[in-house]
Amino acid sequence: MKIRSKMLLIFRHEFLHTVKRAGFFILALSLPVLALLGIGVFHIVSGTIEPSVEVARIGYYDESGDFSQYTTQGNIIFINYETQESATQAMIEKDIKEYFIIPQDFISTGIIKRYVTQRELAAPPATAAAIDEFLSNNLLAGKVPESTIARIESPPNLITTTLTSTGDIATQQGGYANFVIPGVFSLLLALSLMFNSSYVLESLGEEKENRLMEILLSSVSTRQLLAGKVLGRGTAGLIQVIVWVISIPLLLRLASPSIGGFISSIKIPPGFLTLGIVYFILGYLLFSVLSAAVAAISPTIREANALASIYTLSAFVPLWFLSLIMYFPNNPIWIVFSIFPFSAPVMIMLRLGITGVPVWQIAVSIAVLLSCIIGGLFLAAKLLGTYILMYGKRPNLKEIIRSFRSL
Amino acid sequence: MSAVEVNHIVKSYVDKLAVDNLSFSIAQNEIFGLIGPNGAGKTTTIRMIMDIIKPDSGEVIVFGEKLSEVSKNRLGYLPEERGLYKKLTVMESIIYLASLKNMDRSSIEEKADKLLKQTGMLPYKNKRIEKLSKGMGQIIQLIVTIIHNPELVIFDEPFSSLDPINTELIKNLLVDLRNQGKAVILSTHQINQVEELCDRVLMIDHGHNVLYGSLSEIKARYKTNTVIINFEGELGQIPGVIKKRAHKDSTELVLDKNTTPEQILKRLLDIGLIINRFEVSIPSLNEIFVEVVSENQK
Repeated sequence: MKIRSKMLLIFRHEFLHTVKRAGFFILALSLPVLALLGIGVFHIVSGTIEPSVEVARIGYYDESGDFSQYTTQGNIIFINYETQESATQAMIEKDIKEYFIIPQDFISTGIIKRYVTQRELAAPPATAAAIDEFLSNNLLAGKVPESTIARIESPPNLITTTLTSTGDIATQQGGYANFVIPGVFSLLLALSLMFNSSYVLESLGEEKENRLMEILLSSVSTRQLLAGKVLGRGTAGLIQVIVWVISIPLLLRLASPSIGGFISSIKIPPGFLTLGIVYFILGYLLFSVLSAAVAAISPTIREANALASIYTLSAFVPLWFLSLIMYFPNNPIWIVFSIFPFSAPVMIMLRLGITGVPVWQIAVSIAVLLSCIIGGLFLAAKLLGTYILMYGKRPNLKEIIRSFRSL
Repeated sequence: MSAVEVNHIVKSYVDKLAVDNLSFSIAQNEIFGLIGPNGAGKTTTIRMIMDIIKPDSGEVIVFGEKLSEVSKNRLGYLPEERGLYKKLTVMESIIYLASLKNMDRSSIEEKADKLLKQTGMLPYKNKRIEKLSKGMGQIIQLIVTIIHNPELVIFDEPFSSLDPINTELIKNLLVDLRNQGKAVILSTHQINQVEELCDRVLMIDHGHNVLYGSLSEIKARYKTNTVIINFEGELGQIPGVIKKRAHKDSTELVLDKNTTPEQILKRLLDIGLIINRFEVSIPSLNEIFVEVVSENQK
């Protein structure tokens, strides 16, 4: 009989076991399905809903007597009342939606007292903007030309152009349009790394918890078992990432002509998709070999998951600091996170969408990841061989160190 | 050629010597008992035979060679700590685990159907393992152990938490396997089962060989030259008897080394006793086990 590779048999079993899970499909199709839903909802909404033309009436009581002009701001009409009581009465009778008081000392304090009939978190932005413009227009009336008032109402539009070191206009310009795809991809990458490495952990943990490990090891070596599992589950994860990578340009092509505007300006940084696959593979290999090591020393899956969360959560660290990274993408702290192996995949992907990441940083982060994967493989193989058949108790750190010394 | 040759194997863990210079061999066509108290090193020895763990020194030769990926396919192993994939069906579990023994799918399905039918488990072949009772799960584990027709089969505590019906099933299976010319290793605490089934035994304690040989040899070695009688009449002083122990229904006579049981029977009849029962006392394996372990502890 033909001798088939046992590693391939384990690979096949693990791959099929993963892709049969509902969670696998949900994560793989999340990006394209959500984007298609978004495009669909846009079409439905833009085709059925007309912009609101309803005029809102807002009252005010002016103690200072300086605010009587510019009483129409867009769809909002401001109505002056002689007393606060008359304004309150008008609001109760639903003549006006709400009212506000301009105190005598408004110029020095800047305080405006607003009264409404329904509890709310904060004034609606449209209302706040209309009141703001009504006040500033009146304050400036007669003191500056109308064109100056109009400019104050519409702040400057800052258009930034990135130049190359030779002074030419760079092919890759910054801006939110460049960040959308890397931002979404980074979040999905972190989720994928967490889920797929946890599949390896759960698989080994289940076999240990269900006392299957010794039966398996009577047929295969720990090396074959580890390789089959990591590659089987990893290939399933890679399929998820490839689905996203293929769907991103297709979805952009589909959305741009119909939605236009901001969507049509979205760009994918050069090399992003290739690097996305490379960092997924490296990140997954690192997380999965560590998961195997954790499964070896943990008596239950629950305990293994708790231990694994220490490093899987580190993949999300760049996302916690997203707002800071967006404004200061080349801060030395983020460079450290780009090289630190647990956060490197997501951090590099994020920074690629915000700024140009120097080649040396990418090269160093890949080298560090590769070194950690090799070290992790050694660690996992040793711990699997020593502790995978230890049931019901977890070796303490001292015992683990002693077992390494006995090599 | 022996099925297994174990030569001077030593295995120590971080804080303990588990197996110390152990040597033995197992022939084909025999049931070999591996016995010893808890923590004696039985499972560690089995794991070294199965190449699940490596000895620190010494070697294990199985069917004339060191165990390899290919020769592992000739072995069947039912470990003490055993289970199955709860979410897989009976057939899926058998197919996956048997494929790791290099069986192709059609052979597995054919053989599995036959074994499931034999054990009355055929109606459950598409049920998930988690839906089966513990006893049913053990039958499936047994099927997985032997489906690939192994030449060496190792059973580590196969009778633990089994009902009498399944115990009988395993006992019959062990005898069948031996009759088919296979080598069988039975590791168990149940000494009565070893006495009933095994041809030869190895007793280990603290990782050492303390007793090794065929059951008849061992029993002869521990024979005490004692007879047990039930009689009517007055026993009195009998030449050749150095000690008498009265029990509820019998009396135990310890003979001196120059007196045989046949001579004593003749002397008892000569003095006119009516003998209802006369039995040459042979120590049970359990008694030998207790004696050897107690001596070892001293």
